Amino acid sequence: MTSQADNYQAENYYEPEKNIGEVVLDVRDLRTYLYTRWGITKAVDGLNFQVRAGETLGIVGESGCGKSMTALTLLRLAPKPAARIVSGEIFLDGENILERPENEMRFVRGQKISMILQDPMTSLNPVFTIGNQMVEALGMYYQEEQQRGLRDRAVDILRRMGVAAPERRVMDFPHQMSGGMKQRVVGAMAIAGTPRVLICDEPTTALDVTIQAQYLRLLKQVQAESGVSIIFITHDMGVVAKMCDRALVMYAGRVVEQGDIRTLFKNPSHPYTKALMASVPSMEEKHVDKLYSIEGQPPALFDLPVGCRFANRCEFVTDKCIETYPPSFANEQGHSADCWLLEGQSEWRQVTEAGV
Amino acid sequence: MQRYIIIRLIQSVFTLIGVSIIVFSLARLSGNPLDVLLPDEADDETFIRISELWGLNDPWYIQYFTFVKNASRGEFGPSFKWQGRTAMELVILHLPATLQLASISIGVSVLLAVPIGVMSAVKKGTMLDTVGKLIALLGQSLPSFWLAIVLIWIFAVQLGWFPTSGRGGFSNMVLPAVALGWFSVASFMRLTRSSMLNVLDSEYIKLARIKGLPEWKVVWKHGLKNAAIPPLTVFGAIVVGQMTGSVTIETVFAWPGVGLLALQAVNARDYQVIQAVTMFISVLFIGMNLLIDILYAYIDPRIRFN
Repeated sequence: MTSQADNYQAENYYEPEKNIGEVVLDVRDLRTYLYTRWGITKAVDGLNFQVRAGETLGIVGESGCGKSMTALTLLRLAPKPAARIVSGEIFLDGENILERPENEMRFVRGQKISMILQDPMTSLNPVFTIGNQMVEALGMYYQEEQQRGLRDRAVDILRRMGVAAPERRVMDFPHQMSGGMKQRVVGAMAIAGTPRVLICDEPTTALDVTIQAQYLRLLKQVQAESGVSIIFITHDMGVVAKMCDRALVMYAGRVVEQGDIRTLFKNPSHPYTKALMASVPSMEEKHVDKLYSIEGQPPALFDLPVGCRFANRCEFVTDKCIETYPPSFANEQGHSADCWLLEGQSEWRQVTEAGV
Repeated sequence: MQRYIIIRLIQSVFTLIGVSIIVFSLARLSGNPLDVLLPDEADDETFIRISELWGLNDPWYIQYFTFVKNASRGEFGPSFKWQGRTAMELVILHLPATLQLASISIGVSVLLAVPIGVMSAVKKGTMLDTVGKLIALLGQSLPSFWLAIVLIWIFAVQLGWFPTSGRGGFSNMVLPAVALGWFSVASFMRLTRSSMLNVLDSEYIKLARIKGLPEWKVVWKHGLKNAAIPPLTVFGAIVVGQMTGSVTIETVFAWPGVGLLALQAVNARDYQVIQAVTMFISVLFIGMNLLIDILYAYIDPRIRFN
């Protein structure tokens, strides 16, 4: 396991001098439930985390663990009427945005918090030009500016996102561009309002591998220039290692482990995190008969067990795990995990109640 | 864009040729017009003489080419039934009544259907959506002739608010326009709603919201323009259907339009008038589809550039 962590760090190809500042986003006990005919789906179930200025926070987990719902909740765009934010606070720049009236959320979206969606092929509107879609957004961020000025800004931002010949590209429609180019345009739209926080929901999953690396480098560059905080959602541990300063591991709507990248990879403490890391193929082992995979399925989010949610798939499961949800244990490096195995170990200290 | 329009134009010409063949042959399939037009006691000599006079003895292809030649100049020959008038004259004479009724009914349909359709999609599952669905359900399931009779019974006979039939002032138009337009409102609204629902679920709508656009702009700019294509397709058919006059509605309300003319012409096997009306409807249909195709390209750049 240790050699693998070193491996990831060695791959980290671009690391500008990070300037991490004060807390920009502070999420407390956030719960988003979906009220469906099958019951209440607890997509996001008690999330606590902070993001500092200029920092990249990874959110990792398998499909359906609540990553994307978390992202949409942060923008207050979880699909209505099914989704409801049942509790919690989202402090963005010191303001709890859950207290804003809905019609004033649009001054937050794009300008304080923005998002890059997963699939560039569908996230641009096919019937408007790139320029039109950018200028319309910029027109809201810079209300006194004339059309000309807005267009110049659009061209400028596209250039910063690595779009070649942006003066001509603004007249193009999305279908005239490649997937990688479209994702750059989506990125340009997301940073157009100079947000404090940029959520990237698997932005490179739909791109081919050569473009992926370019795009990730571009995001780092944008961050270095603007100091934007990035929340990077992915299921790819390799990308987390390259991109993030800290990461949350989500499982069935909860954060089961969080910490800075180095300690997380060196010392994964939750069995789920360990299993996730073990399922990444290693470069060093030449002969692998079978790739490691985690047996079983995550529990249905509308029918969650009372105990640890990973219990049914965990190698180290005990009766206690099945009976009571474990508390969070934290160590001195700010690394924390929800797991009974850590109870009583000298460096781990219990920080929350059990069974919540 | 120009190339696209030219290609569509050429396609239209071919469609028109096809239509002319069908119109020509269908009229011939309904039997010899002289059987209906000439009195029973007419002798064989009269039969032959009139056949000769109207060219009914010529081989079918000669008849067809004569028909095409004249039709391209708008000449469909004299009417059999209405002596002293040409078929084209009759169509033009009946056209204003149909146009008047159709434009009112179409205008009101669109003004009602689009906003209700869009809002039903946006407010899916609310009271508004339910009312919208009810209007659509009734419109699509009530036969228009039945609706027409019921409207006359309630609003003309019982309440006396509107005249029962005929053409005249504005009050004459209300009942036929409602009877004619309800179906269009229904199909138009349903399509707008379902198309809009699809679009509102898409990623680019999500992105528009993420950018911080106000909700009205998300719905009416980003949503509607994408959702417009399916309703637009039906719109073409609806416009033509109403312009050519719903035969039943014009009959029930004795509305002196093209539909009524067509019905009377068919009853009398008035070839020339049937052909004139049918060709007129077809040209209208083809023209309308051409217009819709151009509108598609205007709305969706993916069509324009391919």
